[in-house]
Amino acid sequence: MEKMVNIFLFGKKYEVPASLTIMTAMEYAGYQLVRGCGCRNGFCGACATIYRIKGDKELKACLACQTQVEDNMYVATLPFFPLVKQVYDIEKVTPSQQIMMQLYPEIYACIGCYACTKSCTQDLNVMQYIAYAQRGDFEKCAEESFDCVMCGVCSSRCPAGISHPQVAELSRRIYGKYIAPETQHLLDRVKEIEDGKYVELIETLMNKPIEELKELYNNREIEK
Amino acid sequence: MYKYTQEQLDSMKKVEATRQERLNNLFARMSADEKQKVLKENHPDYIDSAYEELKVGPNKGGKVLHELADLLQGRSRVLDMDIDLTKIDYDVDVLVIGGGGSGSCAAIEADNAGAKVMMVTKLRIGDANTMMAEGGIQAADKPNDSPAIHYLDAFGGGHFAAKPELLYKLVNDAPDCIKWLNELGVMFDKDKDGTMITTHGGGTSRKRMHACKDYSGAEIMRTLRDEVLNRGIPVVDFTSAIELIKDVEGKVAGAVLLNMETKEVKIARAKTVVIATGGAGRLHYQGFPTSNHYGATADGLVLGYRAGAKLLYADTLQYHPTGVAEPTQIFGALVTEKVRSLGAQLVNKDGKAFVYSLETRDVTASSIIRECRQRDNGIKTTDGEGVWLDTPMIEMIGGEGTIEKRIPAMLRMFGKYGIDIRKDPILVYPTLHYQNGGLDISADGMTTNVPNLFVAGEAVGGIHGRNRLMGNSLLDIIVFGRNAGKSVGKVYKNVELKELTLDHVKAFDAELKDAGLNPTKLSPQLLPNYTKQKNI
Repeated sequence: MEKMVNIFLFGKKYEVPASLTIMTAMEYAGYQLVRGCGCRNGFCGACATIYRIKGDKELKACLACQTQVEDNMYVATLPFFPLVKQVYDIEKVTPSQQIMMQLYPEIYACIGCYACTKSCTQDLNVMQYIAYAQRGDFEKCAEESFDCVMCGVCSSRCPAGISHPQVAELSRRIYGKYIAPETQHLLDRVKEIEDGKYVELIETLMNKPIEELKELYNNREIEK
Repeated sequence: MYKYTQEQLDSMKKVEATRQERLNNLFARMSADEKQKVLKENHPDYIDSAYEELKVGPNKGGKVLHELADLLQGRSRVLDMDIDLTKIDYDVDVLVIGGGGSGSCAAIEADNAGAKVMMVTKLRIGDANTMMAEGGIQAADKPNDSPAIHYLDAFGGGHFAAKPELLYKLVNDAPDCIKWLNELGVMFDKDKDGTMITTHGGGTSRKRMHACKDYSGAEIMRTLRDEVLNRGIPVVDFTSAIELIKDVEGKVAGAVLLNMETKEVKIARAKTVVIATGGAGRLHYQGFPTSNHYGATADGLVLGYRAGAKLLYADTLQYHPTGVAEPTQIFGALVTEKVRSLGAQLVNKDGKAFVYSLETRDVTASSIIRECRQRDNGIKTTDGEGVWLDTPMIEMIGGEGTIEKRIPAMLRMFGKYGIDIRKDPILVYPTLHYQNGGLDISADGMTTNVPNLFVAGEAVGGIHGRNRLMGNSLLDIIVFGRNAGKSVGKVYKNVELKELTLDHVKAFDAELKDAGLNPTKLSPQLLPNYTKQKNI
């Protein structure tokens, strides 16, 4: 007999198999999901969820698709949270602290309460990456925030009203575009292609009979 | 926390015992004949009973899987609705259906061309397979590589079936697409001097796999999403397209939209339409689990087919060799091919390697199925069986810390169930991953027989042939998404729409009846129904 547990979805009690995730438990209970379900694999951040185990003081946050149910789990999904996303032109921003002050001045109102870091569904040090953003250290902010799935739980817990995932997104784009070292071999290759250097080479291949292509393919040299 | 069974623990010990020896003696690659044999005997594409002949439509007489046939020949949702095509809710130059990578690229390029663009998606922008692509994106940009070598790798890997003009575009535009993404701010893995850190994927002859740790697709998708929002391109979310609209001249002219929550119907008129609806993993062909996102139900194929667009290679699917086999909570989830690129081997219950780790995906998947079903060398799991993927080898080859640095998502995903992939191997089995076939297009992105209907991304058929190499899908959504966006950016300027009609839908329904079919199943499916079911 399969082990069952009691969970409370939006306060209502359901008995579900203990092996399920919160997401599949909701479906097992009969919910046809429309919101709060995206990739089902922990990458899209659609299924942000908060829960409390009965008797436990701590409020926890997780992704419903990546978290197994527990007995006496009280669950509320957070399918949408009003993050602030400022609009900007990536071609016109400058990689300086000014841009943060201009677009996301609220980050300087951080009171250091640590609620963002404690609630992160990816176990990131959110408060630390906001501190890097305050200083205009885009590289460190980008690295520290890289695994963010933008679920928004951190922002829902923030007394200063910071939209952490959007601050991190801006930092990553600035780092990727302006600060990370340029790739010379890429620029060279794009130029060669623009100059038509490979047209003849590929067209020759395209016009070969399949048997000859098979021969070439099966005997091609493979980089170690 | 996951608890291994005694049988699994015993087998794991054998894997540990042979690790050092396997590290020193790589398993040999298969010959062309050996590959053909393992495919024919084991690949799900070769199971005749899973297929049926289509009775109506542009591919009448062609074979597709039962699950897809039911939808292609299903009942249109608009037949039971009262729809007024004179009441236009949205009037645009370009309607992009789908909120993933290819749709976003198409929207951005059409916006560049000055078109009035609108995106519509049944979930949110970014809830898409693009977001979950872990391993990387191919482009021949290193000095020892060239687009021609990339062409041969992809053409051979796809069993010489790709449409040459599409594959040409894929490989030739690849470096420029990496440059474009880089300039949008995508953080590729680079050395200090800017050299891209690249690895092999199954079937590549050069190391041309670019990555952003193992969040490659997520990093690309969130950047594209940010760019779409910065440009103020309207994204109508939680809204599906349930049928294409044509004008009386037979040109595509918009779509009937359905609010997924309120069920309200809206009419979008558009001078051009881009189908960017992605794949079909959630149809669970042949009962396979899937690595795909929640909305992967082949909607675009159904819409296009009813409007008269042809399908190409719709009978061929990709089963990714390494889906999670255990723990059950993440059954079917993707274990990126990058795990094997970094050195992890596939090993059977006795601790023996049975296949070269980086054969093409179809060959590797077939070898795993053979090991389990024909040779009975699999390990029993909660949901079936699997083989070991020996992840600790990665740190023996790349040094301590390699896993955390290069595949953090994998470390996290298993870590949540108490499995440390740095210390212990993991159990895997093939999972339904990618739709190799789709709607037939020409090099400009337009369908071959429905004017002004464009397709981009996984919904396209023919770019890769009958199998796809790792890293060529993230590439194709960028190349063909941008390509479609540029094309519609030119085409819309010369389009004059006439009166709107859904007569083609009624005509298709009449054809169904003539063929003796009287379907009750509504299509497109829009979302799977998992209520009252267990881990999926």
